[in-house]
Amino acid sequence: MGSSSSNMDHIPDAQHLMQETGFSAAHLVRLYERFDFLDKDDRGELRLDDFEAVSELAMNPIGDRIIRAFFSPGRETVDFPSFVRILAHFRPTDTNRTRNGRNGAQPEPANSRTNKLKFAFQLYDQDRDGKISREELLQVLRAMLEMQVTEEQLQSIAERAIQEADLDLDDTISFDEFKKSLEKVDIEHKMSIRFLE
Amino acid sequence: LLPASSFLCLGISITVWFTLLFVFIIMPAVLGVSFGIRSFYMRTLLKIFEWATLRMELGAKEKNQELYKPYTNGIIAKEPPSSLQQEIQELRGSANSLRSEPEFEMADIFYFCRRGVESIVDDEVTKRFSAQELKSWNLLTRSNYNFRHISLRLTVLWGLGILIRYGVLLPLRVTLAVTGICLLLVLTTLVAFLPNAELRSYLSEKVHLMCYRICVRALTAIITYHNRENKPKNGGICVANHTTPIDVIILANDGCYSLVGQVHGGLMGMVQRAMVKSSSHIWFERSEVKDRHLVAKRLGDHVADKTKQPILVFPEGTCINNTSVMMFKKGSFEIGCTVYPVAIKYDPRFGDAFWNSSKFGMVSYLLRMMSSWAIVCSVWYLPPMNREEGEDAVQFANRVKAAIAAQGGLVDLIWDGGLKRAKVKDVFKEEQQKLYSKVLVGDSEDQMEDKRSEDGTPEGDESSKDPAEGQ
Repeated sequence: MGSSSSNMDHIPDAQHLMQETGFSAAHLVRLYERFDFLDKDDRGELRLDDFEAVSELAMNPIGDRIIRAFFSPGRETVDFPSFVRILAHFRPTDTNRTRNGRNGAQPEPANSRTNKLKFAFQLYDQDRDGKISREELLQVLRAMLEMQVTEEQLQSIAERAIQEADLDLDDTISFDEFKKSLEKVDIEHKMSIRFLE
Repeated sequence: LLPASSFLCLGISITVWFTLLFVFIIMPAVLGVSFGIRSFYMRTLLKIFEWATLRMELGAKEKNQELYKPYTNGIIAKEPPSSLQQEIQELRGSANSLRSEPEFEMADIFYFCRRGVESIVDDEVTKRFSAQELKSWNLLTRSNYNFRHISLRLTVLWGLGILIRYGVLLPLRVTLAVTGICLLLVLTTLVAFLPNAELRSYLSEKVHLMCYRICVRALTAIITYHNRENKPKNGGICVANHTTPIDVIILANDGCYSLVGQVHGGLMGMVQRAMVKSSSHIWFERSEVKDRHLVAKRLGDHVADKTKQPILVFPEGTCINNTSVMMFKKGSFEIGCTVYPVAIKYDPRFGDAFWNSSKFGMVSYLLRMMSSWAIVCSVWYLPPMNREEGEDAVQFANRVKAAIAAQGGLVDLIWDGGLKRAKVKDVFKEEQQKLYSKVLVGDSEDQMEDKRSEDGTPEGDESSKDPAEGQ
C-alpha cells in the first residue's frame, strides 16, 4: 500500500461516480485506497474471500448477508463503482438537496430514507421477490440467534413479528408494510456512517 | 605505471576504510562506549526530511493539487463504543415499546448492518498487518505516495540518498553484520571450552553483549532505553510487543536473555547451536512446539533456576506493525513467575522496522533494513508484575498487555495476531449472538452479565501455539 500515488486518475469515471453517489473527491480517493487494500491479489475487483478477510465482519451474525449485498445477482466480483454505489446508501441523508437545480424527476439519491430501507429490506428478502416470507424471516433470526434460543422460541418470535407487520394478512411482509412498521425509527441516523473530510 | 598506482590507491583506501571502521565502530562496540555519531546523524536526517516535505508541498501548491496525506485518523467517524444492548434500545426507543416481554423488532437488523458496513470501510485488524504510513517523506522510494510532486532538487537529493544508502551504508553494514556474527560464533565456541563455570558465564555475557552491540551498529539502530532500573532479573520472564525479529537484538543489546524459539536449519541453526554452548537458551524441535505441557515445563524449570538469565518471550506470537498490541497468548503467564513487561516503539521516519512476512522473506527484509537510514526506537522497561489472587492467566496477560500498550502509545486490541493468516473463530460470532439474545429475552440481571462479557475478552481459546518467538 502506498507505493503508487493515489489520485483521481486511478478511479474510473470519477466525475460520474461523484455525481451519482454524492461522495466528494476526497472520499472517493480514500474509498479507493480501502478498496485497493482489501483487494489483496491486485485484481482490480473484490471477491468473496477479500471480504471474508475482514475479521470484524466475520464476527457479525449477518456478515455474510451484508457481503452478498455488494454482489449484483449473478456476479462473483465487485468492481470499484459497485463498491462505492453500495456504500453510498450509508451516507448521511442530505436534508437540503440542491444538487443540480433542475426541476422534474431526479432519481432518488442512494442515501434517501427509502433507499436505506430498501437496502435493509433486501437483507431479509434474499430471493428478491419483493416480500419477506416467514421462512426468510426465520433465516435471519436463526443467523442472529443461532444456539441461544430453541426452535420453538424462534418460531414464536417470527410469528409475532409477522403478525405485527403484516397488515394485509397475506402472511408475508411487503416493502410497504416494512416501511410502515419502521416509520417511527430514526433510520437516517442509524443507517448512516459519517465519512470524515 | 597507471594500473600500479590505481591498485595502490585502492589498497590505501581499503586500509583507511577498515581502520576507520575499526576505530569508530568496532572498538566502541567492544568497549561499550559511544561517540555520539549516530544521534548527530539522526538530527541531520530529520532536518533534511522536513525540507523535503516542504518542497513537495510547495510543488503541489504550484500545480494547485492536493498532496496525498495518509489518513491516520481513519475514513469514518466511529461513534464512541456503546454496548449492543444500548444501541438496540435506542433503535427501538423511537418506536415505543413498553412491553413486559421484550421482542424482536424488524429494526434490530440496522444495528448489525451498520456495524458490518463500517468494518468493511475501516476495521481495526487488517490494517495492523501492513506497514504504517508516514506523514512526511523520508526520501525512501518505498514510502513515497506523492511521486508527481517531486521537483528537480528533490530528485537530486533522492538520488544522492540512494547512492549513500546503497553505496556506502549498505556495504558498511553488511561488513559489520558479518563481523558480528563471526565473532559470536567463534567466541562463544571458545568460551565453552573454559572449565570454570563462573568464568564461563561471565565471559559469555560479555561476548554476547559485544556481538549484539556490533549488530546494533550494523543496523544503525539508535535506541533509547528508559527506566533501566526495571530491567528483567534472573528467574523471571521478559515479555515485549513484537514488530520484527530485530526486537531480539534491540533488547539483547542491553542485557542478557535466554531466548525461546524453534530450532532452525542453516545459518540460523548454527548461530543457535553456538549460543547454547556458552549460555542456556531454550530451543524447541518443531514437533515439541505443539506440546504445551512440555513447553510449560521447560520454561518453568528454567525460571526456577535462579542462576539462569531471564527468558525473553513475545506473547503475540507474530509480527504486528507497531501501531497496536494484539492478544497475548497465555502460555507464559501460566508459569507463575514474575513478569517483566517491556514496550518497544519504533520511529518509522527513518525506516520502517515492521516485518511483513507475507510480502518479504527474511533476506529481502534484512536488505531493506540495512538500506534504510536508521532504525530508531525507544525501549521502556516497565515495573515487574505478578499474577494476583483470583486472577487467571488470561486476565493477567491482558493486564500486562494494557500496561505495555499504554507505555508505548499503542492501541490495545483484543484480536489475535494469528488473524493475519487464519479466519476468525466462531466463538466471536457466538458472543454477538449471545448478547443479542439477551436483549430479546433478558432482564436486569442479565444486563450485568452483558457488561462483563463485553468488557472481558472473547478469547481465542486453546491455540496450540506456544509463547515462542514469532518468525
